[in-house]
Amino acid sequence: MSQSYNRGLIEDFSRWREFSAGMWAWIFHKFTGWVLVGYLFTHIAVLSTALSGAAAYTNTIQALESLLVVRILEVGLLAVAVFHILNGLRLLFVDLGVGLEAQDKSFYASLILTGVIVVASVPTFLSGVSI
Amino acid sequence: MSTQVPESVEEESATETASAGKQKRDAKKRERAERVQEQREAEAAEKARSADDTFHLKVFRYDPEVPEKQEPRFDDFHVPYKQGMTVLDALMWARDHYDSSLTFRHSCRQAICGSDALFVNGSQRLGCKTQLSDLSEPVRIEPLPHADVVKDLVVDMEHFYDQMESVEPYFQTNSLPDGELDEQRQTRENREKVKMSTRCIWCSACMSSCNIAAGDNEYLGPAAINKAYRFAMDEREGEDMKQRRLEILEQEHGVWRCQTQFSCTEVCPKDIPLTEHIQELKREAIKNNLKFW
Repeated sequence: MSQSYNRGLIEDFSRWREFSAGMWAWIFHKFTGWVLVGYLFTHIAVLSTALSGAAAYTNTIQALESLLVVRILEVGLLAVAVFHILNGLRLLFVDLGVGLEAQDKSFYASLILTGVIVVASVPTFLSGVSI
Repeated sequence: MSTQVPESVEEESATETASAGKQKRDAKKRERAERVQEQREAEAAEKARSADDTFHLKVFRYDPEVPEKQEPRFDDFHVPYKQGMTVLDALMWARDHYDSSLTFRHSCRQAICGSDALFVNGSQRLGCKTQLSDLSEPVRIEPLPHADVVKDLVVDMEHFYDQMESVEPYFQTNSLPDGELDEQRQTRENREKVKMSTRCIWCSACMSSCNIAAGDNEYLGPAAINKAYRFAMDEREGEDMKQRRLEILEQEHGVWRCQTQFSCTEVCPKDIPLTEHIQELKREAIKNNLKFW
């Protein structure tokens, strides 16, 4: 072969419009996984304020929970966690070789279920917070 | 020797005059060819205009051997539509009526040879198996992604073939039947198990659609793993041969690279459940290595 041309746009992520269900599931699973890893560190940081006494921990938590943005982030965290769990179950079935022909439907189902659970959780998460 | 010198002089002058004449003739020829080409294109455009229905193709063009064509571009072709016309039919019409330099692979035109896997409207399809009427216009036709383009729609398949060969895609066994002329019989159930995996036509659509294969050149790819599945699951090959096949498959760049994106299964023109086969081989590999009994 003489030479070959790198076709740039053909192969980069501008193709996302043509992604199918399985591809989206993979991308969302990766994304939510990394978000959860990131959250783990914040989680440990907040919990470790308890090392300097019970009062310090209570103060930190109360200060954080009084912020609207933290409440909204919590809703986001729930969305990410729920999707990761549900899609994880879907992947478990894929690994067991069960229902592979319905893998796209199970992805949509996990999306919808995530949406329902998140919407249902909003009143709980946003109660008693002042803007 | 003495006669050779004047002869060569004569020859030279002869070639000179000949070359002058030839140049003139060549120029005329070229002119005529251009006129013919223009006329043909005009006729084709006329035909396309007078047809009831035309399809607008946008075809990827690239030719590394012609300096003006080294920058890839998209050419537009308007092809008169006939009922039942496939993408391959349209490409052939465009080649025959507009531009004879349009290059693409094709052979059997019935989804068996696996030569004309193309990237049509953002998905890997066989040109001969894709109806134009199923596509939205303009129909964008590109060479397979994640492969080097040789010219226009032709990609370099060498890497794909290497991966296919690396799994030893042929029947081999240590346990031959007793009689010299006995057949190697397979149970109906076993045949049914490998049935779908035997349908592979080596078109490379799955390999091209696979995100992992794009990023990892050593990954065997869906087609090669499917080929290995076809023989690993064949009971006639015997246990030691299955071990050998699993050893190839469970390497670092074997079955474990698959991340179940299902892209290969979506695009396979022969509807082979590739992901299912890869997953089954993963389970086989685990069972093979974890024996508690």
